[in-house]
Amino acid sequence: MLKWFHRLGSPKTFFELSAKWHPWLLALSMLSLTSGIIWALLFVPPDYQQGNSVRIMYIHVPAAILAQSGYMMMAGAAAVFLIWRMKLADMAVAAIAPLGAAMTFLALVTGAIWGKPTWGTWWVWDARLTSTLVLFFLYVGMIALRSALDRQATAGRACAILALVGVVNLPIIKYSVEWWFTLHQPASFSLTEKPAMPAEMWMPLLFMVIAYYLFFVTALLSRLRNEILNRERDTEWVRKWVAAQ
Amino acid sequence: MNFYLRTLRRDLRIHLRGLSEVINPLVFFVVVISLFPLGLGPSPQQLSEVAPGVIWVAALLATLMAMDLMFRDDFSDGSLEQVVVSGQPLLVFVFAKVTAHWLISGLPLVLLVPAVGLVMFVDGDRLQAMVVTLLLVSPTLSLLGAIGAALTVSLARGGLLVSILVLPLYVPVLVLATAMVQAAGSEADTAGYLYWLLAALLASITLAPLAIAAGLRLAVDR
Repeated sequence: MLKWFHRLGSPKTFFELSAKWHPWLLALSMLSLTSGIIWALLFVPPDYQQGNSVRIMYIHVPAAILAQSGYMMMAGAAAVFLIWRMKLADMAVAAIAPLGAAMTFLALVTGAIWGKPTWGTWWVWDARLTSTLVLFFLYVGMIALRSALDRQATAGRACAILALVGVVNLPIIKYSVEWWFTLHQPASFSLTEKPAMPAEMWMPLLFMVIAYYLFFVTALLSRLRNEILNRERDTEWVRKWVAAQ
Repeated sequence: MNFYLRTLRRDLRIHLRGLSEVINPLVFFVVVISLFPLGLGPSPQQLSEVAPGVIWVAALLATLMAMDLMFRDDFSDGSLEQVVVSGQPLLVFVFAKVTAHWLISGLPLVLLVPAVGLVMFVDGDRLQAMVVTLLLVSPTLSLLGAIGAALTVSLARGGLLVSILVLPLYVPVLVLATAMVQAAGSEADTAGYLYWLLAALLASITLAPLAIAAGLRLAVDR
């Protein structure tokens, strides 16, 4: 088992194995996303309070979940890179950062769109929104650092350190913002829907979360494969692969 | 201890020779605060209300401005590399650098707060809270900023990047400190906030130097 994991750390092996997984993941994620969206848009009953505008929840909530989850994945990959020097882990850190930033941005924008009809405002400085905004800045910082450091060896480790510093800070940011902002302004609208929803509403949500995860992994795999080709472009096997395309 | 004191003394001597570089962030601090009455209008009530946040943000930005002083000169003349390969404990070196930096940038900011608090019409209780919080938090700011400085020291123009990297890390202490100042102003109990700020300080003292030392090793590792 461990041997398989170790073999997976080699860019060439990973590239070959992922070539087999990728079409399946792509098909599965596209299928689940489409069916999930259709389910959410057409077959979910409208909320008694919000009416049809509740449907954007099925885009917004999974994006927010993936945003935070993506940062954890990035931090995990960073730790693997720093401890075991697995090059693929560094490529994973590089690949996840833009994806996570996009998810966070999607969550912020769809949240604002949802907020306008339900709260009457595009934005409010409450705990969850503020900490999601800070998460976005953390992602942007990761992307900025990597693009600023051009030498690959130092860029990898510097970004890994930054990812770990950020992940230590993330619960602190969440906790302090939540604590302070809810002292002064109690949350008038809770964004955790899961317990308070009937099954017709949380089942499609769960389905969309899984669909988003599948999409994230598919996109990550594509980016990883691209990154492998880019970084290993001077090796024999890449030259052969490119020539065979 | 000897290495710590020697590094501290060396750094202070270097900083005090180039005093204009040390004064610049402090001038920036005062100038930025002065812009707010010009932009918001001179009403004492309004200024007093926004003062804690404004002074705090200006202090954060001034600290970030001063971050360049920490490692860049040592990196560019090669002495950073010498320290890293010398086998001397890098953590002690980091502590000495951060202490020296705090003495020439964080501490003067704390001493300036009563003056700027006066022109922003901040009264007794809140002013006291502001001085106390800045005194407690400025070492944290120096430590967290040093992480960003260490990671970007090999870049020619890392200044703005350090801000992008470090400002999200400053968010918790900013939130806690302004909450404490406002609590002090409304006669509420500030002990809880004090404990949290102290906890943040202790956590940064113990954990930040690890990240800083790792960043410095990266910078000299080619």
